[in-house]
Amino acid sequence: MRVPRPQGARLADGLAGLLLLIPMVFWALAQVHDPQLKTPLPVWFWWGVVGIWAFSSFVVVRLASEPSPSRTGQRILDLFIPVAFGICVLFLWEVITIGAGVPKVLMPSPSAIAARLATAQAVLSADFEQTVLKEVLPGWFIGSGAGFLIALVCDRVPFLARGLLPIGNFVSALPMIGVAPIMVMWFGFDWPSKVAIVVIMTFFPALVNSVAGLAAAGKLERDLMRSYGAGFAATLLKLRLPAALPFIFNALKINSTLAMIGAIVAEFFGSPTVGMGFRISTEVGRSNLDMVWAEITMAAITGSIFYGVLALAERLATFWHPSYRKR
Amino acid sequence: MTTEAATGAGAIGRFGRRVARVTGGRVIPISTVILVLIVVWYLAAIIVNAGVVMTLAGDNVKFGFTDFIAATWSQDRPLLPVPHQILIEMRKTILDVAVTSKRSLIYHAEVTLSTTLLGFLIGSVTGILLAVAIVHVKALQKALMPWIIASQTVPILAVAPIVVVVLGNIGITGTLPKALISAYLCFFPVTIGMVKGLTSPDLMLIDLMRTYYASPAQTFWKLRWPASVPFLFASLKVAIAISLVGAIVAELPTGAQAGLGARLLAGSYYGQTVQIWAALFTAAALAAIAVAAVGLVEHLTVRGMGGRR
Repeated sequence: MRVPRPQGARLADGLAGLLLLIPMVFWALAQVHDPQLKTPLPVWFWWGVVGIWAFSSFVVVRLASEPSPSRTGQRILDLFIPVAFGICVLFLWEVITIGAGVPKVLMPSPSAIAARLATAQAVLSADFEQTVLKEVLPGWFIGSGAGFLIALVCDRVPFLARGLLPIGNFVSALPMIGVAPIMVMWFGFDWPSKVAIVVIMTFFPALVNSVAGLAAAGKLERDLMRSYGAGFAATLLKLRLPAALPFIFNALKINSTLAMIGAIVAEFFGSPTVGMGFRISTEVGRSNLDMVWAEITMAAITGSIFYGVLALAERLATFWHPSYRKR
Repeated sequence: MTTEAATGAGAIGRFGRRVARVTGGRVIPISTVILVLIVVWYLAAIIVNAGVVMTLAGDNVKFGFTDFIAATWSQDRPLLPVPHQILIEMRKTILDVAVTSKRSLIYHAEVTLSTTLLGFLIGSVTGILLAVAIVHVKALQKALMPWIIASQTVPILAVAPIVVVVLGNIGITGTLPKALISAYLCFFPVTIGMVKGLTSPDLMLIDLMRTYYASPAQTFWKLRWPASVPFLFASLKVAIAISLVGAIVAELPTGAQAGLGARLLAGSYYGQTVQIWAALFTAAALAAIAVAAVGLVEHLTVRGMGGRR
């Protein structure tokens, strides 16, 4: 018969395993980064890496299997587990690419990408300025804003809403990125054409979501506003816009990713000699994959920050919404 | 006479109401909006293409008003081709050219479609398996879910050229590298939708399965899986649409060999605007057909499962 283990035992197992794991990881990294490294490394080294991987998954399973006794502990754990998973992936990537001698034109190691991120800062910041500040943000703002304004018009003119919404839903499913070459032809190689593409890509999600959001306020609340004698403007500002905020933020978050994709892909079709999409396509051609990965890392971080800021703003603006109540 | 007119009007009214009921009262607004769009398109073409006409004709030629408008609508390389030019180009490249020819849009659409479908298959199966694993293994849920969501804040399409080029260096070419990009794009909505769907049966139903002494496998096949079907199809519709986007973008870095994306790129290299628009229209039609096909399968499945739509 199994004796039930005391509470927290698995957590303790996991933490102890974690302490054991850290020196193992450093040992493997030191092996790989040895200046006199001779590839291929011996078989026992690879068995060691497999062992570290198996042990780390055991540790994560243990850590995830039991709720932490305190609330802060739980919060740290919820943050730590995905981070640990990410570190694990990076570790395997580093050890395998260097240890197995994978050529740099196929897959650079994370350390090589990090080194490139540090040395190529001038190029990276120029690309960032061109793509994010000149193309993504203005396009995202104009496209989302226009979608919202047309949604307000649709709200006043139901005929337009019934005609435009199905088309909007249809267009959302279309490969809108295909208009990129046309926009490049119309507005030239520089940033205006990219802004135009981003506007087109972000307009319809903003429209569709805003219309849905403006319809979200309940009939009871609207009747209440009417009984207060509130007009269209007051009802809109005090009831319907707040009720629409979750939908609008949803559109803004979807659009943040779409805007990045739109600007970068549009640069594949033609751009001045600066910009993240331009850099990616040319450096792929020159087999400088560490530069390409540096750009992608920057794009990923930018996209995550963009999304994170929006999520934070949503939390601050819609703190009253049921989905944020403590469970 | 009057009664006849009245019944006639009544019949029209009844007919109108029936049409309105079938179409949800949306046909008239939608067709109005489309009509307005087409009119605006033709008017915009006059303004946009005026410059092209003027430069081609030179200063000496004087146009009559109607001739001038006709000229803006019939340029070989207009800045903005009008719809009928695009339709004529599509008829020419779809019907008048052999399907195997590199000039046939059917040929290019077929290349793109095969990439899309392969990517859709890989992506949806991966997405479903991931969702099943996430629902059943708590450690995976905690470790993977944040990364799956984060993976979507990354402009994934930017990775497309690398995947194609790198796999090409190893010697994997053809449909598979492009399909992998489509798969990467479409696994996300499927995973998210299926996690939602597989956890959608409420606690009462899961407790009921427990009182039946159902094994986890039985709970899965008899409760969770059927409950997730509506979520699955909603996700699959999104997935196939972005799978097509992925396929088109993946065709860009391969050097414009085949496919609708290659057609777009070649059109933009040579300034063939009509060709670009024809490829775009074909892509739109392909997207509509693909989404409708998934919708049809959904309809049949739901009916087969005894549901009512």
